[in-house]
Amino acid sequence: MARVHLWSSLRRFAEGQEVVEVEGATVGQIFDALARTYPGLAPAIAAGLSVAVDGEVIANSRSAPVRPDSEVYLLQRLKGG
Amino acid sequence: MAKDEITKGYKLVGTRPNRPDGLDKVTGRARYGADFSLPGMLWAAVVRSPHAHAKIKRIDATKALALDGVKAVVTRADLPTGLEGEDLNLQENTLAGEKALYDGHAVAAVAATSALLAQDAARLIEVEYEVIPHVTDVDAAMQPGAPVIREGAADYSVPEGMHPNVVRHMEFGHGDVVAGFAAADIVREETYKTEATHQGYIEPHACVGQMGEDGRGEMWVCTQGHWYIRRMCAAVLGIEAANLRVTPSEIGGGFGGKTTIFMEPLALALSKKAGGRPVKLVMSRAEVLRATGPTASASMDVKIGMKKDGTVTAGQVMFRMQGGAFVGMSPIGEALPCAFACYDIPALKHEAVEVLTNRPKAAAYRAPGSPMAAFAVESLMDEMCRELGLDPIDVRLKNAAKEGSKSSYGPVYNRIGLVETLEAAKAHPNYAIPLGPNQGRGVASGFWFNHGGETSVSLAIGEDGTVQVSIGTPDIGGSRASIALMTAETLGIPYENVRVNVVETGALGVNEPTHGSRATFASGKAAVEAARQAIKEMCRRAAAEWEIEPEAVEWKDGAAQPAGPNAGKFPPMTIAEIGAKMGGTGGPISGHHETNAGGVGASFGTHVVDVEVDPETGRTTVLRYLVVQDAGTAIHPAYVEGQYQGGAAQGIGWALNEEYVYGADGRLQNTVFLDYRIPVASDLPMIDTVIVEVPNPGHPYGVRGVGETGITPPLPALAGAVAAAAGVRLRSLPMSPPKVLAAIKAARQA
Repeated sequence: MARVHLWSSLRRFAEGQEVVEVEGATVGQIFDALARTYPGLAPAIAAGLSVAVDGEVIANSRSAPVRPDSEVYLLQRLKGG
Repeated sequence: MAKDEITKGYKLVGTRPNRPDGLDKVTGRARYGADFSLPGMLWAAVVRSPHAHAKIKRIDATKALALDGVKAVVTRADLPTGLEGEDLNLQENTLAGEKALYDGHAVAAVAATSALLAQDAARLIEVEYEVIPHVTDVDAAMQPGAPVIREGAADYSVPEGMHPNVVRHMEFGHGDVVAGFAAADIVREETYKTEATHQGYIEPHACVGQMGEDGRGEMWVCTQGHWYIRRMCAAVLGIEAANLRVTPSEIGGGFGGKTTIFMEPLALALSKKAGGRPVKLVMSRAEVLRATGPTASASMDVKIGMKKDGTVTAGQVMFRMQGGAFVGMSPIGEALPCAFACYDIPALKHEAVEVLTNRPKAAAYRAPGSPMAAFAVESLMDEMCRELGLDPIDVRLKNAAKEGSKSSYGPVYNRIGLVETLEAAKAHPNYAIPLGPNQGRGVASGFWFNHGGETSVSLAIGEDGTVQVSIGTPDIGGSRASIALMTAETLGIPYENVRVNVVETGALGVNEPTHGSRATFASGKAAVEAARQAIKEMCRRAAAEWEIEPEAVEWKDGAAQPAGPNAGKFPPMTIAEIGAKMGGTGGPISGHHETNAGGVGASFGTHVVDVEVDPETGRTTVLRYLVVQDAGTAIHPAYVEGQYQGGAAQGIGWALNEEYVYGADGRLQNTVFLDYRIPVASDLPMIDTVIVEVPNPGHPYGVRGVGETGITPPLPALAGAVAAAAGVRLRSLPMSPPKVLAAIKAARQA
């Protein structure tokens, strides 16, 4: 299962955990699994998140692949100029 | 040096051919937003609130509509209701509803048969306001008793007990900061402030909108992203996206400020009310400064622990940022990850809040949030280096993030080029030039993520073997040239045989704007894939002609060729020959690629600046300026250098002069370029550039975006240089002559 790192403000919606493990082969599946397992995270996910998967920042792609041993960091939705 | 890593051998990538838009621009033929006109066109003017915060009691357009030649007036009552989230924000900013939220907020708009008549009519529209208390400063807006701008606007992230103007909160970090600070030899903590600045694009917002009573329309507009214009106008007006066709003009600068809408729906709404006559709407400079999105202003606490040898043991930031009266507009989500992104530090804590104020709706501005964050963190790094007598580049090298480092925002970095920029800066002659009296040198590094995003590109082979590429990312900084170079390199044909066109919304799938330094990266990557697709088809056509298997044909030097001796002996079939015959060999040949482009490579940079401060006037003169930045691969080096110089110039303006000045009444005081002081050519030296190339493995030619990182280091680099030259440290931007002089005098008196 992929290890998903939550920023501090989100941890209260996941029983205080800094890292949660969820199953999913894509970023979208990871988001869906997070919202299912920790419903308190759903508003943050719905508001739009970016992620970093194994070091690569992915702004808004639900289809980006995630491996079972991937390290995923949630980030606020990034904007550029 | 990283130059050694480049897999060169390119024929075209890395050369400096003439820019494809050059002749049109120097002869005045290029058509910008305000250059479009149509038969029967009307002109629009906008009524704007003179108050920073006011309830709108009544709007009466009777006198305006009575004028001969006035064809339509729109107010918020003409727009659909029921919008939510960012769509509601966009609508609320397009036309105020119950309240005017900032000085310059649009309240009504009018269309008439001439621009002067429209302006006269706007003055006849009567608006009755009830002025209510306002707040424009980010720190003041959080204080008890500060006027509440929007009740209940805070989102899920805000802890209980904060002021209602605090609408977003973010916190993250890693390691044990308490232990980290305990392990340091010195720990310093300071507060830094930056004022809001405008992108300062030379071309004001301009559009022509046409919409019939059937809800079908067209728009010609100056924008960084016409699909965004389409989506946002459709949302604000309640129409179907496919019913609006948007064509972008040439663009006279955007820097993030033209990735959204400000007045475009007004032209469409007025057109619809005026029976479908097209409506032109062009902002004045004062409207641009009062009512389009500047960047956020910031108030930032930074704490850093450092050992005597320069090793950073821990860092901590608390950022307060305002993005106007609209939720989600301040760049806290970008500023925090950028704050310590240049460093590999074992313990970090980041926290930020977004605060509402009675200011215009902020927009993206070149590496949103990163320049402010760099000003705070890099300034304190500089102060501590000076206190410990350490070379600032050596300290940065000692702590620099590199491949395999855990980034400040969590993930481990892939291949990045910060160390290479630091080494190149240290080796540059500028770093060794002796300084005279009242002169000082500053150094800072900076970072930007870069972006890929939604991209759709088409490519068509012509009957003579020339190629047209259709892209959806407006060309702000040379992307047509760089995409033509990559396409020509891939196809093996001359640069001059490729024409790249920025096409309208009906011609391609959805494209994100030219933002996030993505155009050369993402549209370029898609163009290369489209070219490869066309090559595959051209090889297939040649194979059919030769009656051999397609796999036995390869593409080389702009022609299909037998892949080896077993394929048979055939003379190369050039792209021109294939194009000339394609009608009879299967029809048109094209390539197409759609993607949400991944493989983005971050870009780091290091700047060195020398200044002289006049102790009698406080005026800072920039003596020399050096930009060193990782481009991955510089497809067209002249354009890359231009991006570096442009970023530095904007950063110099932000550091030394630019600021939004609000009066006690909440009105913006400096609404023209005479008073809002951007740097002009005579303010700047020739900006030296060094292109470092650490290729990005996620792009076929190694491209990293280069547009944004360059604005990040100038703020702290200038602050360090001024501190060294004047003997006083300014922690609040801009370092304008009156502020520098006051600081010098205060230091003398102390």
